[in-house]
Amino acid sequence: MYRYDTYDQTLVDERVTQFRDQMERYLAGRLGEDEFRPLRLQNGLYIQKHAPMLRIAIPYGMLSSRQLRALGAITRRYDRGYGHFSTRQNLQLNWPKLEDVPDILAELAQVQMHAIQTSGNCIRNTTSDQFAGIASDEIEDPRPWCELIRQWSTLHPEFAYLPRKFKIAVTGADADRAAIQVHDIGLRLWRNERNELRVKVLAGGGMGRTPMIGDVVREDLPWQHLLTYLEACVRVYNQFGRRDNKFKARIKILVKALGIEEYRRRVEEEWAHLKDGPQTLTEEAVEAARSHFPEPDRRPVDEQAIIEHERLRQENRNFARFVTNNVTDHRVPGYKAVTLSLKRREHAPGNVTADQMDAIADLADTYSFGEVRVTHEQNVVLSDVPVDQLEALWQELETLGMANPTVGTLNDIICCPGGDYCSLANAVAIPVAQAIQERFEDLDFLYDLGPLDLNISGCMNACGHHHVGHIGILGVDKKGEEYYQVSLGGNATDDASLGKILGPSFYREDVPEVIDKVLQVYVEQRQDEEIFLDTYRRIGIKPFKERVYA
Amino acid sequence: MPDSQLTKARSLIKLGQPEQDTWSLSRVEDGMPTSRPVIVPLKLWFDHASEADVAPWLPSNTELTSELAEQLATAPLVAIDFPAFTDGRGYTLARLLRERYQYRGEIRAIGDVLVDQLFYMSRCGFDALALREDQHLDDALRALGAFSVSYQPAVDINEPLFARRLREA
Ligand code: SF4
Repeated sequence: MYRYDTYDQTLVDERVTQFRDQMERYLAGRLGEDEFRPLRLQNGLYIQKHAPMLRIAIPYGMLSSRQLRALGAITRRYDRGYGHFSTRQNLQLNWPKLEDVPDILAELAQVQMHAIQTSGNCIRNTTSDQFAGIASDEIEDPRPWCELIRQWSTLHPEFAYLPRKFKIAVTGADADRAAIQVHDIGLRLWRNERNELRVKVLAGGGMGRTPMIGDVVREDLPWQHLLTYLEACVRVYNQFGRRDNKFKARIKILVKALGIEEYRRRVEEEWAHLKDGPQTLTEEAVEAARSHFPEPDRRPVDEQAIIEHERLRQENRNFARFVTNNVTDHRVPGYKAVTLSLKRREHAPGNVTADQMDAIADLADTYSFGEVRVTHEQNVVLSDVPVDQLEALWQELETLGMANPTVGTLNDIICCPGGDYCSLANAVAIPVAQAIQERFEDLDFLYDLGPLDLNISGCMNACGHHHVGHIGILGVDKKGEEYYQVSLGGNATDDASLGKILGPSFYREDVPEVIDKVLQVYVEQRQDEEIFLDTYRRIGIKPFKERVYA
Repeated sequence: MPDSQLTKARSLIKLGQPEQDTWSLSRVEDGMPTSRPVIVPLKLWFDHASEADVAPWLPSNTELTSELAEQLATAPLVAIDFPAFTDGRGYTLARLLRERYQYRGEIRAIGDVLVDQLFYMSRCGFDALALREDQHLDDALRALGAFSVSYQPAVDINEPLFARRLREA
């Protein structure tokens, strides 16, 4: 994990002092509402429906057990004893007091955390693959690169007032688990025939009101130039992105208006001046970044233990279910990554209580070298569990209610806070997720459906990534009433696609029934092992439409 | 009459120190003021480019081509306008002027110039900051020194922190 040196620490400490000063000036009336707004946003502070909301950065999803405990303590002390993991690897507090925020930030700084640039029209928290460093399909560990980008983008003096927010995602594996095609900039690390590291740079993807898949700006950027090239990409956007209309201000609109060729031409022209400048990365700089992510001190797990694990799996059906759904293969034989499900009916998707945070931290210490990762699916991963400990871990998770063996199924809903918390919402989202989870509870049915992403957003802003759900649900407002629009066929992974709207929207209470009809069509029409997405792609939207609106 | 609409910064910070402003600013596009020294819209400045007491201000949407930069090279001062503090184009303009075109004269931020923008502005090459009317000078001077460390190189530091760390290791 990345550990701060005195420079990093000084910077976050000075940031706290700066924000304390800004807050004091605001409360004393020397800083106007409009002028305070971007300052607080760039420290993660929103003014929400019921209370302020504070969004804490979890850079590329990595947390230590110590940090997690500190977060738990903060939610107890300053909030209502729980937090919400968002789809962007952040933690959101829903009930802090405005005037407490500088103190919260100071406590975060003590455990090398911050809320810098988690909101506002600036470069946001860089997101990545939750299985970074352990995935068997990994070509290059994206975390050192994410950290280099984090540092480059943190308090970047030129890019604090971009036309709109700017999100970067990085993957270094064959399978894209970071949804790089729907980010302002998506980066894919790969190696050419000569085994040289290259970066594929995409720009102009995004969700929100006008969802788009990113275009390729550069296929094979040599790694040395990553930061200068990013600087060129953002500089062109800063100069030419629209500022007259908030809804047309994202880079995707610029890329579309110019065309990718022209955007690329401008970036390359800009880059020609920046190339080989002081931000050019060196072998030593990258090695230094890599040294923060060493292999944990894994003890060897012998063949016998692996055989024994398989035997337990055969014997215990419940354990087997858990392993099939929540356990992921690891690059190192004898080790597994375990996904803790934060999805159960009693809680909003992604919510964790302070007690759960403590419990997860303890489990991380016992089973996985004291580290956890948070995922954009709003779950938590223990990345390095030896197989001979799996069953014990599962038992503990069962007791804690985090062993829901439904990761990747219809039950594993991605959902934004929606109208219960968010002042921008058109409609509630959490109760819709809960109604669906309630209706489709039967595990055998869920497993039979296979992998299925159902994503819910409470408005166009698409924090719940509804465009890229195999099934997407969007809250819409019609004459002051809450309705829900359903779309099908979205996908966030390699062959990314955006969902198509099924038709006129529905009342909230009808949504589970509509989903049921959609699933019926799939079950009737699927061939062999076909997953929902593939059936949809083969038969198109029509049969679904006919059934739902019959 | 353009002269009747001239303004002077109430608080000007130059090279980190408060200073009395000697320049007047005209935002009027049709008609050259008679007062000197004066900062005028870029459009008007071209005809007075040879005068040492006339300087241009650039609107934030200026496209800084190499031709324009060449013309600006002789200006005694270049002001960059912030029509709203949320318009971040001026930061790029200042960096380009300094880093790409090696402009050595004063670069002055005018318009919606607020306390909490000053640190970034100074990193991007602004050495004169004409604060908006209502800003407090003491807040501004404090804000300029908000951070003692930066990750990225800019006009003020030419070395990224990652390189400095390696050098010091
Ligand atoms: S999608 Fe809309 S309702 Fe949901 S969190 Fe984002 S802004 Fe709020």
